[in-house]
Amino acid sequence: MPDTFFTAAPHWRWLIVLYFFIGGMAGGSFALAALLDLFGKPQDRPLVRTGYYVACLGAVVSGMLLTADLGRPERFWHMLIQSERGLPMFKYWSPMSVGAWGLMLFGGFAVLATLGALHETGRMRWTLLQSLHGGVLGSLIAVLGGLCGFFLAGYTGALLSVTNRPLWADTTWLGLLFLSSGTSTAAALLMLLGLRRGVRTSAMVHWLSRMDRGTLLLELLALIVLTVSLGPALRVWMNGWGVLLLIGVVFAGILLPLCLEWRPRLLGRLSLPAGAVLVLLGGFLLRVVVVLSSEGV
Amino acid sequence: MAEAMGFYTDTTVCIGCKACEVACKEWNQLPAENGGIRELSGNSYDNTRRLDGIHWRHVKFVEQFSADRRDGRWLMMSDVCKHCAQAGCLEVCPTGAIIRTEFDTVVIQSNVCNGCRDCIAACPFGVIEINPASGTAQKCTLCYDRLQHGLEPACAKACPTASIQFGPLRELRERAQARVQQLQERGEARAYLYGADPTFLGGLNAFYLLVDTPETYGLPSHPRLPTRNLAFSALWSTLGAVVLGLLGLFSLRTRRDAVGPDETSSGTSGEGARHA
Repeated sequence: MPDTFFTAAPHWRWLIVLYFFIGGMAGGSFALAALLDLFGKPQDRPLVRTGYYVACLGAVVSGMLLTADLGRPERFWHMLIQSERGLPMFKYWSPMSVGAWGLMLFGGFAVLATLGALHETGRMRWTLLQSLHGGVLGSLIAVLGGLCGFFLAGYTGALLSVTNRPLWADTTWLGLLFLSSGTSTAAALLMLLGLRRGVRTSAMVHWLSRMDRGTLLLELLALIVLTVSLGPALRVWMNGWGVLLLIGVVFAGILLPLCLEWRPRLLGRLSLPAGAVLVLLGGFLLRVVVVLSSEGV
Repeated sequence: MAEAMGFYTDTTVCIGCKACEVACKEWNQLPAENGGIRELSGNSYDNTRRLDGIHWRHVKFVEQFSADRRDGRWLMMSDVCKHCAQAGCLEVCPTGAIIRTEFDTVVIQSNVCNGCRDCIAACPFGVIEINPASGTAQKCTLCYDRLQHGLEPACAKACPTASIQFGPLRELRERAQARVQQLQERGEARAYLYGADPTFLGGLNAFYLLVDTPETYGLPSHPRLPTRNLAFSALWSTLGAVVLGLLGLFSLRTRRDAVGPDETSSGTSGEGARHA
């Protein structure tokens, strides 16, 4: 029996599953929006702004979920400040410590980018906000926020691996898996929001669709490598969780959306939105299976 | 720093009386489970069943019986936090609540812990749990308060067979080694020490004399630090982020090439874009 099976479960359940899903999507949204912001075209601006809004909302919800999950929520700030000395609390070797700072920084960049986007649309008119979109400061926010976004999408997997729990600690590929899944769910969500705005065949939806395909393939590859790397710990998935992973994540969440993107005529006008919804469902189920299957041991 | 202190537990003389459990609960004022209404385990004479936030000592009953119950043996082991020289819980704790004391023991400061539970997942022995009364992670402190006043831990004080022995680690290791030798000379060839040397986690400050495999006692054979996975996890994630970034750039570039100037001229949104 692997040594990880002698440990205790930390009771990370639905709040953490939701955080992993929403945080990953928020991080991916900022990263995609930043790419479009820096290298896109004028007609991409609505999507850029949507990406920043999603990131900002996701960062706020993520912080609330994490705080609510603590045994002592009023002490959430102990992650950032040493409660007895007032000095910064930071351990570069602890993913949870780095993650707390990463989420805070990401939230800061997401708020700044959102303020810039609101000014761009004329909803907020303070001249001070003008520098937050376009120009050197706007580019800096996009670059740093984008890096934080990729970090937020992936660190949660590394956090699970840096434990001693079955499945999580038996592989080093969870970070890559969550990163690719976070980006694919972000692309899917932005695609859905873009379609809702009536931008059906524009180049930006086409780009998102291509990104989604690439990230889904990377996710599939990461999942295969991860499964092989598990060795004897694979027994955690030799039950209903494995079935859910195969049907809900691999088939419905990855293979089916890929089919719909390669053969869009299969469902006609519904192909794109149906594919995006399936990607979102698969991304959520992936977190459910990874987190709760180990919790059950 | 004072001399490194610890526990040496000789499982061959444990009689399963659970005096250590009671003494620990009494001294540390740990609450009863389920309001004192005990649920029986139903499959063992042991009803404590595990170490957790309100059970910092647990006498494990290893009950091995044949199907017809004519043949069998009992193994007993008073389990506790191992106070590892390289402690996984201390390593990952994001609040700095877990500290190493002047006695080389590992203590969770309940007034600092915020109940994130990262230490629970990091502990290779499954020792830590949340104490529902405080909402914080808790485990054996090796009676840090008693040690500060020159007293031995309550469990060791209460143990009637000297199965739990407390003292300077150097002395305990010598004593344990002599006991292993004695047992082997008397025909118990399986006797060995678990965690006395720095083979894993730099050595355990609470180590054991066992007469069967570690797994039989519910212990991992090669416990490791959680950060063993950090470098590769970070590496694969970083490489993935680079790949995704390049994919985004490449697909934007080819989109631009594919769509060409028509797209730009048809851009009627009038957006104040960065590149406009």
